[in-house]
Amino acid sequence: MEPLIRMTGITRYFGQRCAVQDLSLELLPGEIVGLLGANGAGKTTSMRILSGCLGAHQGSVLLDGVDLFKAPLRAKRSIGYLPETPPIYPELTVDEYLTFCARLKAVNNSAIKTAMEQAKAVCGLDKEGGRVIRNLSKGYQQRLGLAQAIIHQPRVIILDEPTSGLDPNQIIEIRNLIRMLGEKQGVILSTHILPEVQAVCDRVLILHHGRLIYSGKIAQLSEAEGSSTVTVGLSRPPEQAAIATLRGVEGVSALGTNRFRLRLTQPAAAESLLQQMVQRGWGPTEFAPGKPDLEQIFYRLTTTTESGV
Amino acid sequence: MYAIFAKELRSLFLSPLAWSLLLAMQLLLAWLFLVQLEQFLQIQPKLAGMENAPGVGQLVIAPLLDSSAVILLLLIPLLSMGMFSREASNGTLNLLFSSPVSTSAIVLGKYLALLALLAIMLLMIALMPISLLLGTAPDMGTLAAALLALALAMASYAALSLWISSLTQQPAVAAVLSCTLLFLLWIINLTGSGEISPLMEQLSLSSHFQRMLSGLVTSADITYFLLLTSVSLLLCIHRIERLRVDG
Repeated sequence: MEPLIRMTGITRYFGQRCAVQDLSLELLPGEIVGLLGANGAGKTTSMRILSGCLGAHQGSVLLDGVDLFKAPLRAKRSIGYLPETPPIYPELTVDEYLTFCARLKAVNNSAIKTAMEQAKAVCGLDKEGGRVIRNLSKGYQQRLGLAQAIIHQPRVIILDEPTSGLDPNQIIEIRNLIRMLGEKQGVILSTHILPEVQAVCDRVLILHHGRLIYSGKIAQLSEAEGSSTVTVGLSRPPEQAAIATLRGVEGVSALGTNRFRLRLTQPAAAESLLQQMVQRGWGPTEFAPGKPDLEQIFYRLTTTTESGV
Repeated sequence: MYAIFAKELRSLFLSPLAWSLLLAMQLLLAWLFLVQLEQFLQIQPKLAGMENAPGVGQLVIAPLLDSSAVILLLLIPLLSMGMFSREASNGTLNLLFSSPVSTSAIVLGKYLALLALLAIMLLMIALMPISLLLGTAPDMGTLAAALLALALAMASYAALSLWISSLTQQPAVAAVLSCTLLFLLWIINLTGSGEISPLMEQLSLSSHFQRMLSGLVTSADITYFLLLTSVSLLLCIHRIERLRVDG
C-alpha cells in the first residue's frame, strides 16, 4: 500500500539548535499514529514541516505520492492541519470561517455548502453556524479548528495536540472523532500525554531531542513498562520497611501517608500481593497496576538508546 | 486568491477600525473643504478683477487633495497594520501556509482587499470637489489628474504598509513604522539651505504627488508610484516566503 506520508531524513535547525534530526516516518491509510514526546522534543516542528508551514534543511516529504517541497500546492491539497492553537479568525462567524477555509482549500464552489454542513455535523457544530467565533468556548474553538482541517476531506490529517485545553468530556468526544476519521483517512497526532496515545493510536512514535527513539505498537510499550509497578492504598499501613518484606516486592516508595508504590521483581508477583496484604490485616483499599508514565519510558528508552542498543 | 480577498474585505468591515477611520477621514477632510471653500468665497470678489486669476481648482480642490494625501498617509497604515502582524501573532498564518495557495496569492489577495476599501475612500473624497460642479465649472482635466495622483499615492501607501505589517507581530509597531517611513518619504526633499538635491527630489513622495496635483501627468511620476507599489509588494511576498520556510 502506498503510504500517505513518507517523510525521509528530515533535519531542521533553528540557529545552532537542531530541532529535528534525520527523522523518517510513514503513515498508511486507515492508520492513527501518535507522535509522543516531552516538551521541546520536536513534535510541533515535525508537524509544521509535514504541513508545509516550515521548510527543512535536509530530507524530503511525500504526501500521498506528491513531493511537498517540489509541488507544494498540489501536495497540500491532501492535508488537513490543526496547529497547536486553532487558526481561527475571532471576528468571523462559524459559517463565514468555514466557507473561507473551504475556498482556501480549493473546494469547488458548488460543493462548499455540503462540505461545510458535513464538517459541522462531524464536529458537533451544527447549531453554532451563526455564532461569532470570539464568543465560542475553548472547546468549540478547538472543534472548529478540527472542522477546518477536515472540510476538504483530506487524505492526511495532521493534528498538533488536539485535546490540549479541553475538559474531560470534550477530550472523549474529540478522541471518538479522531477514531472515526482514522477509519478512512490517515491521522497523525502529537501529544505529550501517554493515555491519549493509548486511547486512540494504532502506532506510536517517540521523539526525544529531535530524534526518533521508538516506533511500534503502543500496547507492547506499556505492557513491558507498566506491570512491574503497583500502587496500593492501605487503611492500616505498617512501617514502610515492613511492606518491603512482602514476597515479590523489590522496592517501596511512599506516595502519601497511606499510599505506596511497590516495585515488583516480576509482573507475575502482583497476583499474590493482595492476598498477602489482607492476611497481615493492613486493610488494602486500593490496588492498581502501575501505568507507565512518560518519564519512565523516556528514561528507559533514552538510557538504552544512548548505551548503543 | 479570491478567498483571501473576500475574507479580508469582510474582516476589514467587521472591525470598527475601518469604520472609524472612514469617519475620521471624512470628518477632517469635510472640515478642511469647508474652510477652503469659505476662504475662496471671501476672496472671490477680488479675484474677479484680476487677470489670469487662480480658480476654484487651485484654491479649493488642490489644497483639499493635498491634505488628503497627508491625512491618508497617517490613516492607511492603521488600516493595514494588522493584515500580516495579526495573522502571525494569532497563528492563523499556519492555516494559509498549509493550504494550497501560493505566497503571492496570499499577499495580493490582502492587497486587493485593501485597495477595494481605499477605492471607497477615494470616492468619498472625490465627491467633495465633484459637488462643486453644482455651482461652478472647475477644470475637469486637472481634477482627473489630481484624483489619479491621490489614487496612486494611496495604492503605494497601502503596499508599503502591508509590507511593514509582515515584518512584526505587533500591529502598533507596524503602524508606527509605516507612518514614519511614509512621512519620511513625503518630507525627504525638504532642505534647510534651499538647495534642492535631485536625488531627494526623485525619492520624495510629495514632489511627484504635487506635480500631478497641478495637472501635469508625466510617465516619470506614474512610474514612481507604480515602482514604489510593486517593490513593496515584492518585498512583502519575499518576507512571507521567508516566514514560511524559516519559521
